[in-house]
Amino acid sequence: MQRLDYLKETPSQTAGPYVHIGLTPNKLGNAGIYPADLGESPIRPGARGQEITITGTVRDGAGMILRDALIESWQADAEGIFPGNDPRGPADPNVTGWARIIADFDSGEWTLRTVKPGRVPFHDGRPMAPHISLWIVARGINLGLQTRIYFEDEDNDSCPVLQRIEHRERIGTLIARKTGAQAYRFDIILQGENETVFFDL
Amino acid sequence: MTLSHSIDRGPLFFRDRDWHPPAYTPGYKTSMTRAPHRALVALGSTLSEETGPAFGHDMLGELDNNLIVNFTGQPAIGERIIMHGRVLDENGRGVPNVLVEIWQANAGGRYRHKKDGYLAPLDPNFGGCGRTVTAQDGSYEFLTVRPGAYPWPNHVNNWRPMHIHVSIFGTGFGQRLITQMYFEGDPLIARCPIVNTIGQDRAIQALVAPLDMNRAIPMDCLAYKFDIVLRGRRQSFFENRKEGM
Repeated sequence: MQRLDYLKETPSQTAGPYVHIGLTPNKLGNAGIYPADLGESPIRPGARGQEITITGTVRDGAGMILRDALIESWQADAEGIFPGNDPRGPADPNVTGWARIIADFDSGEWTLRTVKPGRVPFHDGRPMAPHISLWIVARGINLGLQTRIYFEDEDNDSCPVLQRIEHRERIGTLIARKTGAQAYRFDIILQGENETVFFDL
Repeated sequence: MTLSHSIDRGPLFFRDRDWHPPAYTPGYKTSMTRAPHRALVALGSTLSEETGPAFGHDMLGELDNNLIVNFTGQPAIGERIIMHGRVLDENGRGVPNVLVEIWQANAGGRYRHKKDGYLAPLDPNFGGCGRTVTAQDGSYEFLTVRPGAYPWPNHVNNWRPMHIHVSIFGTGFGQRLITQMYFEGDPLIARCPIVNTIGQDRAIQALVAPLDMNRAIPMDCLAYKFDIVLRGRRQSFFENRKEGM
């Protein structure tokens, strides 16, 4: 028999407690190496769409707020087009789509200021409800966790991804709650009661 | 960040989660409260994972991949090494124009981080981070000092092997990966609970960089070669066939 000649993906390891040294050195206080940290905002001034602020925490199975987590977000523009390599064409030039978010070293609260993304098609063309993809790494997390932020003031019932969640009562863990005209709350619970849904995508 | 467009599209290969470390690994104590208890919802990639941010060479400073001098301009103390290799996908293709970021302790095993209280001193000329963007063939290189081993509070007498943390982007957000590079011959590798979160020895060996005398520079520095493999993409030849392939 011939051998399949695929390579294996490099195995993951935890980002560890000092991930900020490498990925957000300026926010850590190690200024002078890079002029600015990458991913400070997923939008530039003039981005089209509704500006929103999402605030949250990441909590562990004992209810403790993580101070050492790092989150990256990726989203489409207000029309549902991704910047860069979206096969459907160019996105809003003022949306870069990607942000690197760290929690406040003392309170553990994180904040994402962006524009609400538009709908993006699933494989079969049905629209997915507006969402922001998240990738979460930290000490104690061996492989980055994938989840999504959906919005309570959108039609989420027809989203083909949310429909695939068999335990319907868990869908609420993916839905940001409105706390103001343009503000949402999204708390991530890694383990236990009301554990956030994580995906293999 | 610039929007250098990539034509790399198509669904991502499924992750082999028996190859990666599982979430719950009691030997590494912190994982016990940070591992989800519920099963992942498995779907395969969508456009949200098949697209991703792009980074241009133009964002890099001249010394961004030279950790020996990029903190103060004066050289750091330690064993001078080149860390180099290629970023490939599971199809064996080099992945060009993707961001590789690294961070590490200094030669004594001390990190420049406010939470690291290890008694080994900071090196005033070592910051400990670097970044680069891969070339057309997927290759990358850093100049740095070899990091020291250091103790950590897991079991009473756990010591991390010498390692460099590596963060890699592919062309899709679903390829996002963080890992650690270890050094050939380090006796602490086999004793490390974080290394041993990985179940298969062949997977552990994929994180151990061999000494590369071909790339060493005589009377200057040694070299280690670390190739990185990201999730591949399926051919999108039949992607319009809604019933699947």
